[in-house]
Amino acid sequence: MLRDVDAAQALADLTEISSQIVQAAILAEDGAVLSSTFDDDGRARRFAAGLERFLTEADAVRVAHGLPGLTQLEAATLEGSVFVVRGGDGGPVVAAVTRPEPTVGLVFYDLKHCLRSLDDEPEPRAQRRPADATA
Amino acid sequence: MPRRRLATGALLTLGSLVASVLYRRRAARHREHVDLYADDGSMTSVADGAPEAQRLLALARELIRHAG
Repeated sequence: MLRDVDAAQALADLTEISSQIVQAAILAEDGAVLSSTFDDDGRARRFAAGLERFLTEADAVRVAHGLPGLTQLEAATLEGSVFVVRGGDGGPVVAAVTRPEPTVGLVFYDLKHCLRSLDDEPEPRAQRRPADATA
Repeated sequence: MPRRRLATGALLTLGSLVASVLYRRRAARHREHVDLYADDGSMTSVADGAPEAQRLLALARELIRHAG
């Protein structure tokens, strides 16, 4: 289970290294906001709800084009761009809004790095079984 | 005569400016798109103008305005 503090730290690192990102959020598999750069929870939740509609629509387009699982996407408009990167195996999703005409490869790299930093969080040490437990 | 030349020059400059702005707007409109990347490494790009892009871009604009 991902701790909120891990997500917050990953997001803080992301916005520090990428000046192109205006707002960003990390969402759990069920759409819950783990962390965001929005100044209040209501805005973050509305962003997450909008993102869910966006991803549902993107999935429909993906199916129509016969593509397998969607891992990342970019929607570029005149007002800015929306980037989404999905973690593997139903992991968290990181989404970011950038200013217009961002450096696409760099933003994707930073978002993937953000997701990887969540994966790299140390897991609780597994309890060791006695050596003769299976004997 | 110099006044006529001046007016012609001004008109030409203004015309060029307007054409430039219109061209850039049109080019920018074509830059609107959605790129979808699949887990097998393939990618499909849906450009503005395609019916399926309209809804996706509208949702993206909504998110961008919300983030602004």
